[in-house]
Amino acid sequence: MQLALTILVDGLSYASWLFIVALGLTLVFGVLKILNIAHGSFYALGAYMAASAVALVNNLNVSPYFSLLAMLLAAVALAALVAPVTERGLLRFFYGRDEVLLVLVTYAMFLMLEDITKLIWGANPYYVSEPYALFGNLDFGNQSYVGYDLLLVVLAVVVGSAMWWGLNRTRFGKIVTAVIHSPEVAASMGVKVSRVYMVAFSMGLFLAALGGAFTAPMISVQPGVSVGVIIISFAVVIIGGLGSIEGAAIGALIVGLARAFAVHLMPVAELFSVYVVMALVLMFRPQGLFQRIQARKI
Amino acid sequence: MSFPFHRSWRHGAAALTLGLLSSAVYAQETFKIGIVSFLSGQAAESFGIPAVNGAKVLVEAFNKGQAPAPYNKVGIGGMPIEVIYVDEAGGATKQVQELRNLYERDKVDVVVGYVGSGDCLAVAPVAEELKKFLILYDCGTPRIFEDNSFRYVFRTAAHATMDNVALSRYLKARKVPVSSFNLINQDYAWGQDSRKDFILSMANLYPDAKPGVDQLPKFGAGQYGTEISALMSKPADLTHSSLWGGDLQAFILQAGPRGLFKKSQVVLSAGDHVLPGLGNKMPDGTILGARGAYGLMAPPSPLNTWWWDTYSKAYNVYPVQAPYRMAQALMGLKLAAEKAMAQNNGKKPSTEMLAASLRGSEWMSPAGKIRMALSNGQQAIQDTAIGRTKWSEEKKMVLLEDVQRFDAECVNPPLNVKSEDWLKSGFAGAKCK
Repeated sequence: MQLALTILVDGLSYASWLFIVALGLTLVFGVLKILNIAHGSFYALGAYMAASAVALVNNLNVSPYFSLLAMLLAAVALAALVAPVTERGLLRFFYGRDEVLLVLVTYAMFLMLEDITKLIWGANPYYVSEPYALFGNLDFGNQSYVGYDLLLVVLAVVVGSAMWWGLNRTRFGKIVTAVIHSPEVAASMGVKVSRVYMVAFSMGLFLAALGGAFTAPMISVQPGVSVGVIIISFAVVIIGGLGSIEGAAIGALIVGLARAFAVHLMPVAELFSVYVVMALVLMFRPQGLFQRIQARKI
Repeated sequence: MSFPFHRSWRHGAAALTLGLLSSAVYAQETFKIGIVSFLSGQAAESFGIPAVNGAKVLVEAFNKGQAPAPYNKVGIGGMPIEVIYVDEAGGATKQVQELRNLYERDKVDVVVGYVGSGDCLAVAPVAEELKKFLILYDCGTPRIFEDNSFRYVFRTAAHATMDNVALSRYLKARKVPVSSFNLINQDYAWGQDSRKDFILSMANLYPDAKPGVDQLPKFGAGQYGTEISALMSKPADLTHSSLWGGDLQAFILQAGPRGLFKKSQVVLSAGDHVLPGLGNKMPDGTILGARGAYGLMAPPSPLNTWWWDTYSKAYNVYPVQAPYRMAQALMGLKLAAEKAMAQNNGKKPSTEMLAASLRGSEWMSPAGKIRMALSNGQQAIQDTAIGRTKWSEEKKMVLLEDVQRFDAECVNPPLNVKSEDWLKSGFAGAKCK
């Protein structure tokens, strides 16, 4: 019982972090049809921005809870600054081209952003663990969890719910859905498709940055943090179905729980567990769990 | 009519200039070194860049003749040292090509490099095939010289077996009670070798201690919440880890608040390099090594004081293991090259002469004496040290207390004995004071 509870909490905690990042990836793919490799770089940039923002708050001698607000604002600022430049200045020139070309373009962005990050923040690590201690510890049986880890679960639920509500219950969400189904028809109905693309890309970038920002207190922020996250995020969205919010949630949950099972019961199969689940899903539902089969346009 | 005159005048001037330039070039013959280490990627912050920084200040001091004796000759035997830096990131295949480029295109005399064991295993046979001089300054796998025989490839630092032997000897010497131990190591060559070495070492010194939870997270995992839960669900007297860099920092930041360091004695085989950055976030009482008697555990000597001060002044942080290992490689190279030059009437030595000079040699480094004692004089052994962390509020830095040094012969296998065989033999032939 204790073990089952531990696996559940560990799986949920890992899935929450993963969901926030994967949600941005799946949103960008759903709307813009871009497999955005640079998503990992935006995650890293979010972590760096948050590290700088928290350091600023610490120097202001205000309540340490402001550091949470600073992390959120860091993600917002990054999305507001970088997304329009990237989407309007680069990606839009490749819309309608082969998807493989777009993957290569975003991979080039990934490499450039790695170096740009290093030029701005250097190679030394940044530590901003103060927010990690804000919520104390919570005991579950023989385990002691840091409250901050559980805050991420709440954050993931809030972000996921807000995204679902925004896409399914608002006028703008209906417009986005129309663009997803057919940009040409949406444009003929007076929708500014380019604006929808920019907003969707900004939201995707914001979610990557948010994931990075709220991970920053748990890690040392340094070059290379962008690599691991993008690979596992791809596994999540492939399991759930590219472009599906529900799919990202279920995919993250499956990956989180599969990994927690493996780490506790068969540590050597930690990576294998994630990708065997992915392989099984692809075997029976190649389009992922939550994506409907779509007719190819001719 | 004036054109031919002008042309001959120009030719004369050009010939004169070229003559002057060539004599200047002759007078300024350089010793070219290719230095390869991680300038980007996950190993850059902890290992690559500190090592390259170490190389920069040391080469500058060599070129100005400002290093202490016996390293006080300008450059190498009077020749200024010229360095080409290459990024180790990109994988073994890329490194093989980069190595060829350094020798064949850039015409370097020597390559000093490689943190990654996979890179070392890939480039060593290439240098040997080309009959070019290569110093491996950092990578840890014992397999390079235990599974191969080289003439032109050297490693100027001890291999990784030393680290875990020293850790287990330290525990025994300090009478740390251990009836069970958990492990968390990265799932690649370094982590798996370290794990195996520690288990075999503990079997010799703590035969009743049993390994328990055995975690092998992937390199660069970053998130260790689940692994920490697994380690805490079956807590052992001891938790061993060879994690390094960002992985180690993340593990400490996540495991510290969850109380793992209080529930279990944590031992880190290569943890010194995270101390300056982590500061008071590093839990007190953690036992750790530095893969040599480096940094805070270096033996006091005028050479070490000079090195510590030179590096600290340049980078505003004290040197940890990576710059120390780079320094001992360059110091060994300088002495070997100068000895070979002396035997070559002061001229730049051939690769063969350089190799003969370094093979089996000894020299003093800031970390103590380095001896090319294993694998026909191609592989170094050195003393090492282990200590226990303690935050100093007064100095605002983590200090290491209860530091114990171990002689090289106590923690390294003897000549012609493979590491694993030596561990399984119960450290047969080890000479400990």
